[in-house]
Amino acid sequence: SRPAISVTARDPPVGHERSRRLTSVGCNSVEKKIYVNLNYTVPCVRLLNATHQIGCQSHLSGNVGVLHVLESEENLDWVLHSGLTPPYLVILESSLFTRYSEHTLKNGSSRVAGVAVVTPNANPSQGTSPHTSCPNENTGVYTENYDPTMARCNVTVWNPLGTGLSYEEFDFPIFAMKEDNDTQVIRQCYMDHNRAGNGSTPQYPLCAMQLYSHMSAVTDTATCMRRNNINFSLSPEMVCDPLSDFNVWASTRPLNNTAKGHKEGESVVLAAARLDSRSFFFDIAPGAESGVSGFVALLAAAHALRNATQEAPPPRNILYAFFHGETFDYIGSSRMVYDMEKNNFAVDLDNIHSVLEVGQVGLHAESRLWLHSDPVSRKNSSVNEESAASGLNVSVEEPGFSQPLPPSSFQRFLRARPIPGVVIEDHRSAFTNSFYESMYDNAEYLNISYPPDLTPDEQLEYVTDTAKALTEVATVVARTLYIQAGGAESRLGSINADPQMVTRILYGFLVRSNNSWFQQLIPSDLVSHLTDRPTNFYVGVAQQPGKPTLLVQYLLANLTGIVVSDTCFNNCVFVLLPQMYSYLWVQGAAPPNSTERVGFCMRSAARLSKALSPAFDLHEYTSKDYSTWTESRWKTIKGRIFLVASHELEMLTLGVGVGVLLTSLMLTYIMSSKADILFSSGREPANATY
Amino acid sequence: MTASVFFGCTFIAFGPAIALFLFTIAREPLRVIFLIAGAFFWLVSLLLASLVWFISVQISNKDSAAQQKGLLVFGVVLSVLLQEAFRFAYYKLLKKANEGLLTLSQEETMPISIRQLAYVSGLGFGFMSGAFSVVNILADSVGPGTIGIHGDSQHYFLSSAFMTMAIILLHMFWGVVFFDGCEKQRWWAVAAVVASHLIVSCLTFQNPEYVGSLVPTYVILFLMGVWAFYAAGGSLRNLKLCLTCKDKDFLLANHRPR
Repeated sequence: SRPAISVTARDPPVGHERSRRLTSVGCNSVEKKIYVNLNYTVPCVRLLNATHQIGCQSHLSGNVGVLHVLESEENLDWVLHSGLTPPYLVILESSLFTRYSEHTLKNGSSRVAGVAVVTPNANPSQGTSPHTSCPNENTGVYTENYDPTMARCNVTVWNPLGTGLSYEEFDFPIFAMKEDNDTQVIRQCYMDHNRAGNGSTPQYPLCAMQLYSHMSAVTDTATCMRRNNINFSLSPEMVCDPLSDFNVWASTRPLNNTAKGHKEGESVVLAAARLDSRSFFFDIAPGAESGVSGFVALLAAAHALRNATQEAPPPRNILYAFFHGETFDYIGSSRMVYDMEKNNFAVDLDNIHSVLEVGQVGLHAESRLWLHSDPVSRKNSSVNEESAASGLNVSVEEPGFSQPLPPSSFQRFLRARPIPGVVIEDHRSAFTNSFYESMYDNAEYLNISYPPDLTPDEQLEYVTDTAKALTEVATVVARTLYIQAGGAESRLGSINADPQMVTRILYGFLVRSNNSWFQQLIPSDLVSHLTDRPTNFYVGVAQQPGKPTLLVQYLLANLTGIVVSDTCFNNCVFVLLPQMYSYLWVQGAAPPNSTERVGFCMRSAARLSKALSPAFDLHEYTSKDYSTWTESRWKTIKGRIFLVASHELEMLTLGVGVGVLLTSLMLTYIMSSKADILFSSGREPANATY
Repeated sequence: MTASVFFGCTFIAFGPAIALFLFTIAREPLRVIFLIAGAFFWLVSLLLASLVWFISVQISNKDSAAQQKGLLVFGVVLSVLLQEAFRFAYYKLLKKANEGLLTLSQEETMPISIRQLAYVSGLGFGFMSGAFSVVNILADSVGPGTIGIHGDSQHYFLSSAFMTMAIILLHMFWGVVFFDGCEKQRWWAVAAVVASHLIVSCLTFQNPEYVGSLVPTYVILFLMGVWAFYAAGGSLRNLKLCLTCKDKDFLLANHRPR
């Protein structure tokens, strides 16, 4: 914006233009008259792996296109063939954003400058998943070497509604917008200027939009990592970052974390769940059924097992592991397996007795859970599930036919060793989740609903039906773990998950994370990370643990740990040794008659371990064994709308300018060469000077 | 709107000024110096006027539109008066400088006449005034959009460029007439310059009705141009001589070197 000084007392039109519209003379620049900036824009970004680049790209100076609001698929013809003013920037309702539209739009990409998708406030009625139909097919255990009949989803297509849209490459930007004021302005602009009346062509000036989402990385991970390392300038410019975050893990019996490698005599039951999710657009990943249902059930199970494992400890240890980055070719679990193989983790693969993984369990219709196991390596007595589920409202069965494991972290452990294990899911064969890895996989899809007129605190405590159902699942998981760890069956009746806990955790992750319970569980410097919106579980590229990872760690610490009393902040954070336990300082609640929170030190076994694909440590950027996903970097992501004038008018302006310049050059030359004649008075002497 | 609009408007606004500079001023270092000094004087007048306006805006009621509009009018009038005052100050300075130069130099004639100084200083005022008028508008015209999404007129860029061209030329004509009036003690000429400057500035309050502001401005430009032509020593006879290409014979007849 231009400074106010040029508004001041002067002749030309500028100052007075503003006086017509101002109520206060501020910094009102010409730019504000031309552009309307969009507030909420969510782009689709470029991701790269060993062989491909996926996602969207715009020009360095943004993509400009004439607005066109698409109402039905017939209107596509105007954009792709018959429209007179290409390139167009298409605004679509989300329901039209189907693969068919995208294919047609992709093919006509010289006439399509970009797409803006208006996402509705409610979920669509028909399920659609932008993920592939066979998730993580190259990095699981079912390769041609292991069992060719089961590779590439030959037996079961896990995600039949998958369109693969998230894994397509587009050379124009695709942004998501909400139904808010900006969208109204856009539609109004389209109606006023671009709408052709009764078959006539719309006249210039036309309403147009510009989208900026230029991505720096190209081709594949090896290329972008090579370009990251170019050292020609003092400040090398990075073009991409590997996807990474942290895994959260804890054990019921403390493990010495500084003594890495095999632990003699330790037999561990690994309880695994997945943390992360994704969608087509960047940083939107509610993952309610895809991820949250699983790890919330495991958290509640860990809480349920706290007392039983303290009072009557089972012979085997239970290791809870929450893996991050599983959506992108099992980043977290492959890293943990790699660490275990390289003796870089508290236990070894030989210490693992069996694996129990909690998959998607939020939607179970008719209260049925299914235990999936690997038919190739299955042993006779792998998991004893019947007694775990007795007396509960949930029935637990096996699929009944030879079916490979669904996409799960357990597959990475199977790649290293034939460990027995099961994966608990709510689908017998293909997913029941019709919004797998989609932005509609949210609280509404899990039917989490609250009665109207509840305050946020009341909503936090209200036990929804979904929470009750998930509590049953958590109880089954807890009891199964207890039996698997060798505990006595007589104690099973006392192991019950707490529905109050489950509903609070669900509320915190799927509705709003800025609630009073979460605020008590975290230290004061994390309070700013809590938002009034659902948590985003996209794995991201940060070197530090992401917000959901830290929340899960503090939750796990609270649910499985104990309070160390009479310990001040300094002791807790700096003095107490973290070999056997981890000590975390949390800010706690304020006592009833004061506003200062009373913090305390939490001792638990909850720790973080780095979840970065081993391919980046080994510098094997074309690895077929490990995940090689990276995310491109970008400079600006924004959008704005404005009017464009016709090309003819612009050329006319240039022509007039050049004409004026040439005319004045000519006239001035003539006049200056004849200046003596023109400007003499005729009768005065030659040296008159005045 | 794009590069073509940017260059088009730049050439419209600064075309005559560039032509004048190239052919009449660029080769004479003394004229260049006085041009820049003139531009500087205009700049100082703008600084003073904007200081007063800024202070008055700060102490005023920012929410009252009528008061802000009134302040703007006050600011415009003040700026015009200050510009003309600084033109007079520059005139006085140049007179003193010329006398000083004459006593110092060995030649009998002044290196630069007051008429030339009038023209150069007027053009200097015009350059700086034009730059401040139009440069920020040109900067925004480079982007892909044009004005209009909030309902403003589309012809903003073009009319700003034409107005700027008129202002630059007007400053040049005002300079000539002003200095001529001061030399010959014709104070009514000075008053007429100030009055026409005020009229042109206040005409811009008509915007966005660009016809209402541009057409009278160009009429005044034409009239001022004629007056400046006569004040600079031109006459209808000279014009006819030039146009009918009889100037060579005229020179030969009067033995005047070309």
